[in-house]
Amino acid sequence: MNAHYELPLEDAGYSFGFLDEYAKKEVRRCILKAIAIPGYQTPYASREMPMGRGFGTGGLQLTLSLIGADDTLKVIDQGSDDSVNAVNLRQFVQLTCPGVAVTEKTQEATLIQSRHRIPEKMLTEQQILVLQVPYPDALVVVEPSEARRKVMHGEADYSRLLVKLYEDVVRFDEITISHRYPTRLNGHYVIDPSPIPRWDVPRLHQSPALVLLGAGREKKIYAVPPYTVAEPLVFDDIAFRVEDFRDANGQRIACRCCGSTVSFLDELIDDAGNVTHQCSDSSYCEEEQETISARKQA
Amino acid sequence: MSNKILSVRGLSRIHGEQCPLCISSTGPEHDTNICPHCGSVVAAHDVNFDLYRGEILGIIGESGSGKSSTVKMLYFDEEPTAGSATFYDGGVQHDMFALNAAQQRSMRNKRFGMVYQNPHLGLNFQISAGGNIAERLLMSDLRHYEEIRTRAGDLLARTEVSRARMDKNPKTFSGGMQQRVQIAKALATQPPLLFLDEVTTGLDLSVQAAILDLILEIQHELGTAMIVVTHDLGVIRLLAGRTLVMKHGRVIGSGLTDQILEDPQHAYTQRLVASAL
Ligand SMILES: Nc1ncnc2c1ncn2[C@@H]1O[C@H](COP(=O)(O)OP(=O)(O)OP(=O)(O)O)[C@@H](O)[C@H]1O
Ligand SMILES: [Mg+2]
Ligand SMILES: [Zn+2]
Ligand SMILES: [Zn+2]
Repeated sequence: MNAHYELPLEDAGYSFGFLDEYAKKEVRRCILKAIAIPGYQTPYASREMPMGRGFGTGGLQLTLSLIGADDTLKVIDQGSDDSVNAVNLRQFVQLTCPGVAVTEKTQEATLIQSRHRIPEKMLTEQQILVLQVPYPDALVVVEPSEARRKVMHGEADYSRLLVKLYEDVVRFDEITISHRYPTRLNGHYVIDPSPIPRWDVPRLHQSPALVLLGAGREKKIYAVPPYTVAEPLVFDDIAFRVEDFRDANGQRIACRCCGSTVSFLDELIDDAGNVTHQCSDSSYCEEEQETISARKQA
Repeated sequence: MSNKILSVRGLSRIHGEQCPLCISSTGPEHDTNICPHCGSVVAAHDVNFDLYRGEILGIIGESGSGKSSTVKMLYFDEEPTAGSATFYDGGVQHDMFALNAAQQRSMRNKRFGMVYQNPHLGLNFQISAGGNIAERLLMSDLRHYEEIRTRAGDLLARTEVSRARMDKNPKTFSGGMQQRVQIAKALATQPPLLFLDEVTTGLDLSVQAAILDLILEIQHELGTAMIVVTHDLGVIRLLAGRTLVMKHGRVIGSGLTDQILEDPQHAYTQRLVASAL
């Protein structure tokens, strides 16, 4: 989207949150249904937004339908608040929702819209996490027909997905799915948890915060309600593993900026070919750095 | 206690609009299964039989007589337009067509097995031979990878497909080998009832003989009841104790296979016998 976009003056009568009240109410009704049936892909009437679908319009419509003047919003893209996409989305909300505060600090936000990551800092019951989803259906890799996928979900028939995992282990000795790891909620529906890394999947399990997932193009909303059982699809004898950040000596790699050895790291390669690592959650990294410098001064 | 495993009554399948004259204007005496009034196809009508534990029942008849339609309905591949089937399993009677979709799927995956003439229908050629068997084990809620591997390997070994081929794609296998993988897959959950639809049609004679031997061995070892569909009298003679003869969607004769094949009363069967000679 164009960051300099301004609504025409003659349209100054547009509603708070860009969408009209009726549209927002409809989205909220779908959200309630999604919460009532964890993992069920609730269809909703995705609206045209003044930006291309695929730029997070699914997430944005959830955010705009939920946000009130007393909310504090944080927007993340690829773990960062400063990426172009995050900045654009945040500016759009500021433009259309007068009074809403924005923040980069996870713990200050009441509403967090994100793509690719769940913040490192544990979320609370007071927070809602909105994840932007490109492909909502975990079964799409094994079944092209949506009608048949609906029946499979209804019957909790995920054997073909498990066969895919079986074939993966046969070929590569491990499950190679890196993002969008199929995750089962409350022992029934399997969801595509959006392009978060495996690292973030266990953090959906028993999350105190409500997690809402929105796919604008596919017109689907689904939810991981607070304190839901969320289990990655695995075999009994092959444990689910998150990304391994150990070096050749088995030593946990630390963030080059804050030194954290417990966060999800991005790998950076400079022009000379040197590999370094840095926290993917930039706001977490900055706070860690601040804590360290405060400790030094004391 | 009765040893009955399956009881089929009035099983029918009509494709098309249907009119009140469909039944009275089709069948062997009209020499057609197409209703002249509405054009509907009476693929099968009023099929009745009982099957007992460990028994092999043959269904024979010319092309288009309704053999595949009959087993497809029993395997829930197709919905009947009328009739009932009762499956006796573990002391419980299941009214098969009264079950909901999920119950039918579970019965089909866990208690039945199907081997099709065309391996494309029975096997997924996107995945390995072992993966095909794993799928059925996973459907019956086995979630232990190593156990799945062991069981799949054992099943392939039992059907004389070497374990070394387990991780290969069955697309590259010979026709006979593909049928063996289908049989291994069908047997994965040790079902008490198997459906075999023209499993040896189109294979070399020596390969046919080996597959038929395997089927007989399985029946002896596991006591699996089977319904064997074929238009090959040799297959019926070798495998089936009792046989149904179908023509234009109707069962026109049934009884002990030897009697059916020898009975001069059955002109149609005699023609099938003659044409096979
Ligand atoms: N989906 C369908 N729509 C219309 N007619 C059908 C359909 N499926 C099957 N039929 C017809 O029903 C009749 C019975 O078919 P079926 O496949 O049961 O025969 P069959 O005895 O197995 O024959 P074959 O020996 O050739 O396999 C045939 O006339 C067939 O053309
Ligand atoms: Mg047939
Ligand atoms: Zn850091
Ligand atoms: Zn008719």
